[in-house]
Amino acid sequence: MITATLDHYLLLSAALFALGFLGVLLRRNALVIFMSLELMLVASTLALVAFSRFNRTLDGNVFVFFILTVAAAEVAVGLAIIVALFRQRHTLQVDELNALKH
Amino acid sequence: MSPALFTLFAALTLASAVGVVANKNVVNAAMCFLLGLVGVAGLFVQLDAYLLAFLLLLVYAGAVVVLFLFIVMLLGPQGRAAWRLTPGAVVGGLVAGALLLAGWGSLLVHGRLDPPPPDGAPGVGAALKPYAYQLFTTYLLPVQVMGFLLLVAMLGVIVLSRKADGTEKAP
Repeated sequence: MITATLDHYLLLSAALFALGFLGVLLRRNALVIFMSLELMLVASTLALVAFSRFNRTLDGNVFVFFILTVAAAEVAVGLAIIVALFRQRHTLQVDELNALKH
Repeated sequence: MSPALFTLFAALTLASAVGVVANKNVVNAAMCFLLGLVGVAGLFVQLDAYLLAFLLLLVYAGAVVVLFLFIVMLLGPQGRAAWRLTPGAVVGGLVAGALLLAGWGSLLVHGRLDPPPPDGAPGVGAALKPYAYQLFTTYLLPVQVMGFLLLVAMLGVIVLSRKADGTEKAP
């Protein structure tokens, strides 16, 4: 069995990011879309930590620190928006949330 | 870094990510997301980033996923079609997949990114002290900005979660 190199981590990170992107593109439920967005953020943190480890620097890890903070704030605000939206329109399906379109 | 553990956690993460995207039930998707986070935290431990693995579990698995589940319970189940297969979305997905494959291919063919694998010495991120040193010297301004961002986010959430017509009275 081969040892895990930087390439492996990057491939895994890219695959995770692609899966999250697919979720954002193809799902209808706003909550699932939001979760896929979080998946993409986690994929980027994985790439940062891998680069940091293999290059023997700390900067990538510190960036992940900040990404975690921003993600927490983003989740709080995003879920508040989703709840406010649901109160007004009584749906979470993004197809039906087209008030800005017409 | 044990290759068997890498394979195990990578497989767990990828399978859970597929579960998040493919699951029709939102609660199941959130549970898959939780499993995937455990997998990523395991990979962080493999990469000697113990603090980040701990924080990932604490912040994401502990707070974010619980918040998601809470909102799902609040809003109730949405029994509708789960997929949005409009032509634009399908074309976008195909283009994204093709780009991903092209990137993988080029990385595999002439990727010379590999620094030599670490020789058993613990990574820089293994100890706690360098983090504190970096956060309070090089990254002091970003830390302050993050604090301000959290404050603004908190205020924003308070404003957003009030009733829209402003009829809610203070007790």
